[in-house]
Amino acid sequence: MPMNDALHAAGPQAAWIGQLWWFTLWLCVAVFVALMAALAWALWRARRPAGAMPQPAPPSAGAERLARRWVSAAVLLSSLLLMGLLAASVLTDQRLATLSLDGALQIRVTAHQWWWEVEYEDPRPDRVFRTANEIVIPVGRSVVITLLADDVIHSFWVPNLHGKKDMIPGRTATIQLRADRAGTYVGRCAEYCGLQHAFMAYDVVALPADRFAAWQEHQLTPAPEPAGAAARRGHELFLTGSCMLCHAVQGTSANGRRAPDLTHFASRASIGAGQIANTSQALAQWIEDPQKLKPGVNMPAHLLPREDLAALVEYLETLR
Amino acid sequence: MSSDHARAELERTWRDPATLKGWICTLDHKAIGRRFIVTALLFFAAGGVLGGLMRHQLSEPGKTMLGPDLYNQVFSMHGTTMMFLFAVPVMQGIGLYFVPLMIGTRNTAFARMTACSYWVYLIGGLTLFTGFALNTGADAGWFAYVPLSGPEHGFGKRADFWNVLVNFTEAMGLMVAVDLTTTALKMRTPGMSLQRMPLFVWATLVSSIMIIFAMPTVMLGANLVQFDRMAGTHFFNAAEGGDVLLWQHVFWYFGHPEVYFIFIPALGFISAIIPTFARRPMFGHTAIVLSLIATGFLSFGLWVHHMYATNVPELGKSFFTAMSFMIAIPSAVQLFCWIATLWTGRVAMKSPLLFIVGFFVTLVIGGLTGIMLGSVPLDLQVHDTQFVVAHLHYVLIGGALFPLFGAVYYWFPKVYGRMLNERLGRWHFWLLFIGFNLTFFPLHVLGLDGMPRRIYTYSADSGWGPLNFLSWIGAMIDDLGLALFILNVLRTFWKGERASDNPWGAGTLEWATSSPPPPYNFERLPVVASLEPLWSPPAEGPREVVGLATNSREGLVTTVLDALPDVRYSYPSPSIWPVVAAFGVGLWLIWSIFSNKGMLIGLILPSIAFIAWYWPSQKEAAEELALEKRP
Repeated sequence: MPMNDALHAAGPQAAWIGQLWWFTLWLCVAVFVALMAALAWALWRARRPAGAMPQPAPPSAGAERLARRWVSAAVLLSSLLLMGLLAASVLTDQRLATLSLDGALQIRVTAHQWWWEVEYEDPRPDRVFRTANEIVIPVGRSVVITLLADDVIHSFWVPNLHGKKDMIPGRTATIQLRADRAGTYVGRCAEYCGLQHAFMAYDVVALPADRFAAWQEHQLTPAPEPAGAAARRGHELFLTGSCMLCHAVQGTSANGRRAPDLTHFASRASIGAGQIANTSQALAQWIEDPQKLKPGVNMPAHLLPREDLAALVEYLETLR
Repeated sequence: MSSDHARAELERTWRDPATLKGWICTLDHKAIGRRFIVTALLFFAAGGVLGGLMRHQLSEPGKTMLGPDLYNQVFSMHGTTMMFLFAVPVMQGIGLYFVPLMIGTRNTAFARMTACSYWVYLIGGLTLFTGFALNTGADAGWFAYVPLSGPEHGFGKRADFWNVLVNFTEAMGLMVAVDLTTTALKMRTPGMSLQRMPLFVWATLVSSIMIIFAMPTVMLGANLVQFDRMAGTHFFNAAEGGDVLLWQHVFWYFGHPEVYFIFIPALGFISAIIPTFARRPMFGHTAIVLSLIATGFLSFGLWVHHMYATNVPELGKSFFTAMSFMIAIPSAVQLFCWIATLWTGRVAMKSPLLFIVGFFVTLVIGGLTGIMLGSVPLDLQVHDTQFVVAHLHYVLIGGALFPLFGAVYYWFPKVYGRMLNERLGRWHFWLLFIGFNLTFFPLHVLGLDGMPRRIYTYSADSGWGPLNFLSWIGAMIDDLGLALFILNVLRTFWKGERASDNPWGAGTLEWATSSPPPPYNFERLPVVASLEPLWSPPAEGPREVVGLATNSREGLVTTVLDALPDVRYSYPSPSIWPVVAAFGVGLWLIWSIFSNKGMLIGLILPSIAFIAWYWPSQKEAAEELALEKRP
């Protein structure tokens, strides 16, 4: 069983919610068992042989009085239990809201149909960079993620780290979280957003502080000049074909913002926001006919000659 | 005047002519109620097939039976059908059939309006499915969130069909609710003061009043979306100062009470069935009435718990958590009162009661997961996942469908004069109960495992395959149970045991007349002096109302609180115009989807129909005058 569920917390937010979950669950189980036992006993003690339909009669005053006491006590107890749950819920809510944000990393995530644009904010404009469908965060440091939506409503959800937060066009939301264990956690869009709601996933990769810093520096470097004839041909195709209308590769003239930034595309795990693993074969298929792999996606098909396709794939593979 | 003579005359006055026109124009609440119930059950079957398709599609990872486009239409149509075309109409249909019988009157108060509403319902539902068959089924979910259903992202005419037809069909719910409210408050037979009103009638009254307050909200909201789509307004366009979140408030302000006006009539079924099979009057009658009313009020204060993941103010969310927990209390009061009734009664375990036991088990699970969803932090994890799918089916199938089947087994003999088979009923129950739990319990776990709702497939490495497969097996078992139910009904029509007037020995008035009841319900309206008039008839004073005309459709209007005779009332006679009006309004609205001109020209036919409907009849006026002079 994969461990991408809400009850395997990798950070304090999900852990708090997990605690509340177990508390509530056991209380509910106890209530369920008690109610079912009462019902079963009532049916057992009052049963009549099958087929019998005795004359209706009001029960004795004593039985009625006793029942009244039991029902009143049960209502009182239920109210008290609900108050207890309310207190637990509100206190957990308060914990979630008071995560320390000292030195927090600021990230801005914009949801599109059906991919995620991730922008690492920085006071220095030259240290701002963009990536897609993959959010790398440092272990042990709080992260404040600003959530935006470009087209329809989406929802940001990484079960191991926190509950979800909707991304609504025209509204800005934030979510605060922290990963305390290194690892890769799956995030998914949780609000129905059209044709490919099913495949709108992303990875949240939590790295130790030093590796995160190295990753960040690497992301800030522009794409390298392609070496080799095929890669150069691919580079040329990228810039003269329709790719650059939507995609960006830093360090080239490709500046499109309609689709994922591809500067470090080859280092990502999947193509199409969790649709398929990022291999050269899959990439070729994707460029040729994205609709086949992800019906409805906004990328058009590209019927390139075989060698051009291979060259383009080779170029994209250099974008590590 | 002899009793036989009076019966023959009443029969002449109230029976519809055995012609097609007589059948179409009928104002008999029993015929209309039956139509509502049968039509709603057919829509339930259609919605069930759609649900089965989804379970099949999800039964293993990467299945390609339904593509994303079709899957989105299928789940949107499933939700829309079950909520708008099945659950609300079936509850109203049962109310239409049984409220007049239970309160001892001849017909509902506004029979022509209710006759009109059935055709509205039928036209709306069929058009919605016609759209679906033509690849124009709703595809933005039964909640139709903007911007996905708005002008920019809602393709073709799909969202237009949803907006216009939901709006149109809900007019049906509103009309029936007005009729039932008036009937329950003003048409009760003498002596049936509010304290003596049966719990099922209370439940129908509360849910009808809720419908009157909630339905206009979604109708208004759907109109605003339609304005955005048709006329280029910007109510929900954030770029022009509109607000996307407004729709969610409007929708859930209706949507949450809707769950309760499906659930509350079901509580009424339970409160009708339990005393009969516990062989004693209900324990805590007053507490149950107050709980029903409290549930009705509180259900209007919960809507934001569908929106915890949005950025509405945090403090506000805590208020809605408290409200969501508080509404559990009236439900708990009712559960405890029912258990106490069974505890102190003498239980005859027949199939209607069996379904009520199934209700107890499933609804308590659904209620407890509902409490989890009411808590903001827990909801943030499980919101919009399969956990919610599990919860809502436990609440709606457990809370409404099980009691509904209980009600069908309980009241079938009254409606058709034959008993459903007990053995088949038990098989039906156990298959449905086991199948249901197998289908939906695993979804709780899948939700916690991170499986969102409304996805058309998933990859194998998610690990969600096995539990989805189990769920599919459960759905197959469910289907088997439902097939047995259909078999049971067909078999009963063919060779079912004849039912007596009161086969269960129940205490309420619907059992005082023959099975099935005559068109005029009661030869003489009964006078009541207790909650269970058949168990304890009036010890002194008159037992029946005398002096009402038998040669014209006359009834009695009584006072709201004490049900003292107030005025004599002439029921309307059948007319074709309510039917024409329903078709006229339907054509107008469907035309308006395709053309702005239709919006204007389409008004002509309904206008004519409504004028003709209300045109005073000299013959009726003369009859009423004559009755007034010499009753």
